Order: sequence, then C-alpha cells, then structure tokens
Amino acid sequence: MTGLYLATALFVVFSALPFYVMLITSLKTQADIFSPDIDPFWFSQPPTLDSIRLLFEQTQFVQWLLNTAYVGLAVVVITLALAVPAAYGLARIAGGWGETLGIGIFLSYLVPPTLLFIPFSKVIAFLGLQNSLGALIVAYPTFTVPFCTWLLMGFFKGIPRDLEEQAMIDGHGRFSAFMHVVLPLAMPGLLTVVVFAFTLSTSEFIYALAFVTHSADKTVSIAVPTELIRGDVYHWGPLLAGALIASIPIAVLYTFFIDHLVAGLTSVAHD
Amino acid sequence: MAAARTLSLRQRDTRLAMGMVLPAILYIVLLLGIPIVLAVVYSLNDVTTGSPAMRFIGLRNFQGLLATPDFARAIGNTFLITTCTLVGVLILGTIQAELLMRPVRGKWLIRFLILLPWTAPASLSAIAWLWMFDSTFSPLDWILRGLGLLGHPGALFGDFDNAFWLGRSGLALFSIILVNVWRLLPLGTVIILAGLNGVPRDILEQAEIDGAGYFRRLFHIILPMLIPVFGVTVLFTFVFVFSDISTVFILTRGGPANATQVLPTLAFFTGVQGGSLGRGAATALFLLPVLAAVSILILALIRRREI
Repeated sequence: MTGLYLATALFVVFSALPFYVMLITSLKTQADIFSPDIDPFWFSQPPTLDSIRLLFEQTQFVQWLLNTAYVGLAVVVITLALAVPAAYGLARIAGGWGETLGIGIFLSYLVPPTLLFIPFSKVIAFLGLQNSLGALIVAYPTFTVPFCTWLLMGFFKGIPRDLEEQAMIDGHGRFSAFMHVVLPLAMPGLLTVVVFAFTLSTSEFIYALAFVTHSADKTVSIAVPTELIRGDVYHWGPLLAGALIASIPIAVLYTFFIDHLVAGLTSVAHD
Repeated sequence: MAAARTLSLRQRDTRLAMGMVLPAILYIVLLLGIPIVLAVVYSLNDVTTGSPAMRFIGLRNFQGLLATPDFARAIGNTFLITTCTLVGVLILGTIQAELLMRPVRGKWLIRFLILLPWTAPASLSAIAWLWMFDSTFSPLDWILRGLGLLGHPGALFGDFDNAFWLGRSGLALFSIILVNVWRLLPLGTVIILAGLNGVPRDILEQAEIDGAGYFRRLFHIILPMLIPVFGVTVLFTFVFVFSDISTVFILTRGGPANATQVLPTLAFFTGVQGGSLGRGAATALFLLPVLAAVSILILALIRRREI
C-alpha cells in the first residue's frame, strides 16, 4: 500500500514539478530568482507580485489573451457549423459509405500542420489574411473539423434511432426531430467539441508562428515564447508567470473533457 | 408500393446526408488539399520568398537535401526522438495506468496534476523546461549538486557547477526526449487506462480463482487484450512526436550546432527564416510517406483484430 502511494507520488512529482517551479519562480523577487545557490523550490525572500505586475502592465499580455480567446471562439463557431451537420449526416442518414468517409475525415486529422505551414502561408497570403488573426481562424478548422466530426459521429450513433422515428411519426419533420430530439441528447458531445475546438486552437503553435509576426496580433502560445524572450535576454519572472497563467485555464477545461477525447481516439480501433 | 416509398425516402435521405457533409468536406479538401498539392509543387521548383517566380528544377531540391549533413542528421534525430519517446511512453504509461486503476485518496487532484503536461499548451510548458534546463540557474542542477552528482571532480554529471543540459549535443537530445515523454505520458496513460477499464472483471476473477498470480494475469490476460489500445497509443504518440516542432524550437532551436535539429524545425529555418520555400517544403514533405505508412499500418492492424 505504501509502495503504491510512493509510486503514484513519484509520477505526480514528475508531471507537476515544472508547473510548481513556474509558480514559485513567478512569485520570487529578482534577487531570489537570479542566484544559483538559493533553493529554487522555495522562497528565500518574501513572495512578491512584481513579475505578474510587470507582465500585465508592461507587456501586451492582456492583448495576447484577448487575441487567443477571440480566435478560439471564432474557431468554435466555424467548427460547430461544419462538424455538427457533417457528423449527423455521416452517422445517421448515410449508408455504408458514411463509415468509410468518416474514417477518411478522421485520417485528415493526422496530417500535421508542420507538413503544410510553408505552402499554407501562400494560401493565407492569397486570401489577404497574412499577419492577422483571420489567418488563424481560417487555418485552425482544418484540424478541429476532422477531429470534432469524428468525435460527434460517435455521440450521434449512441442516440437510439427509435427516438427520432417516434418524433417523426408524431409529426416532426427530420430537421425538427433533429433540433428537438437529437441535439438535446447530444449536448455532452457538443460541449466536448466546443472545449476541444477551443483548447486545440489556443494551444496551436506552428501556424501561429509562421503566419503572424506583428506582436500585437499574436496568440498566447507564440507570444510568450517569442515576445518575452528577446535574443539572449530572458525575463524569467514575467516569462514563467505568463506561461503559467495562460496554461492553467486551458488545462482545467481540457481535464474535464479528456475522457470524451480518449473515447474518440480509441474508437478508431473498433468501429 | 410501400417498398417504392421507402426507397425514395432512402434516396432523399442520401441526398440530404450529402448536403450536410459537403460543407465540411469542401473546407477540408480545399484548405488541406491545396497546401498539400502546393507542397509538392514547391518541392519540385526553385522558389524563394524574395522572388515570386518559380523555376522547375525537378528533384534537385531533394537531391540537394540528401547531400547535406544537417538534413541527414535531422532525419536521424527525428527517428531517434520518436522511437525513444514511444518506448518511454508505452512503459511508463502502462505502469502509471496500472497505478491509477487502484483507489487512491484525492483522485481528482492527482488526475489533474498527472494530466497537466498534456493539457497545458506545449509551447508554454516547454518554457518551464527551458528554466529547468537553464545553463546557470537550473533547478535540476541544484538537486544534482545537493545529491553530490554534480560540481566536484569525479561527479557523474561533471565537475562544473552546471550540467549544461541544452548545451551539449548528447545531453540536449536526451533533454528533448525527456520533455517529449513527459508531455505525451498523460495521453498514453489515459488511453491505456481506458483499455484496462474495458477488461472484463469476471475473466480476471475466474483466472484468480484458477490460481493465476498477478503477473500471470498481467502478461497472459490483460496485456494481450490491450494490444489494440497499445496500437492507438503508438499511433497518436508517433504522429504527435514525429511532427512536433515546439519542443525543439523552444528548447534548443536545433542547436548546439544543429545537433538536435529535427525535420519540422529544419523546414521552418530553411523555408520561413531562410526564405528557400522550395527546400523547406521538400524538407517537410519527407514527413509524409512515413506518417502515411505508419498510420495506415497501425490502423489496419488494430481494426482487423477487432473483427
């Protein structure tokens, strides 16, 4: 029993230590951070909010957070608009080819952005979106739509067909049955899709790095590593504070829904 | 009469389904398809950011790449990092999933903390590691010095006060693998955990009654039943690590002296910063056949087993 707790504790320390160090360091005074012999895991001087104040008052951190939220929400809307009808069509009314097409759509989720960012930046330039948040809003659905369509197909398949048929016998049209019977039952699926489209787009790195160079237009995931590190100058306090503050809300959201994500990923093994 | 009606309903349904699926398909085909085609076109041409004109040069971008030692090194590093990460994630993930199967107090907090490396954005958590590996203030070095493994003659990690995690080529590669294992371990764990939860209890209980010990049950019943789940773990760990750019980009930028360069970072430095779009596209394109082959192979394996 003790062994079990000890082993679990080791894994927890391994996973959480970098975040703990971020937390402590972002609350340390400059002098406390920059002395190699002082305990890096605890305060030797009283904690201070100086780094956090610097981050919020003297960098564009708030702007980057707003940019990130804006891109995330826009991607959520586009993803829902495309993935909900597609998933329903594939899961419910299409015949055998629905399954094949579903797998095909899922496979396109496996095409990594690192493969495509160079030619994609030309497409972005062609659309006149370079150096704007619009570039990211157009690009991110290329991975959120395939993934979320696949995820939603699973949810729609889990809703008994009889319920819909009963509603249609009761005089609802197909669309009305979909709105009044299917969508309310698929709520957990829709919520999962909202969360994943949002967290996937807030965490994205390479498209943002390749498409956006103006510092005022950056999202958090690239602004913190590129704007707060300038050449060889590391402002460790604000840098770590920024990384931590931006990470935690995304991580909390993600944790609530990770079981649905795993169900979606593992369902490729048995459908 | 009834059959004809059903048929026409079927047909109407199919048309409706196509209408619903079409917008998503169009979006994906246009915005993924065009860049893929462009990637191939670029890789066969001499294109730079400076001049918009393209000049067809056939396979010379690829030939040029294969002749440079940096490229060969990037390919080697990409495979080395991916393979080591896979092995680490599979072994540690199985252990961690086994541990999480048991009832422990404070399960929600433990879950949150264990999932953090995966749920936090990769480019932000890499910054925490940048500090952990700092050449002067590294908290890891502080621990090693405290343990007497660093900072005196004959110490395991050298007689300097610092280990220079990202400054020495072998150690830098190790650091990148460590961060990748750390980041993907939660994903592997939850996938394997889902598989463990799916192993029927009665089979295990029966085996226990029949006298099978813990390890016998683990190796003869549980692990064989988990093969599709391991397949899924390998698939996603492979795709995410093989194509990852943020870890190497933030930790080392491919240094010291290109020792940790991987294909995605090399593509970025060549194509975006260096301006040779053709060469950059060709570099990234090398990812495609491997990704396609591995994905199709694993999907075929795990989907066949289930039938």
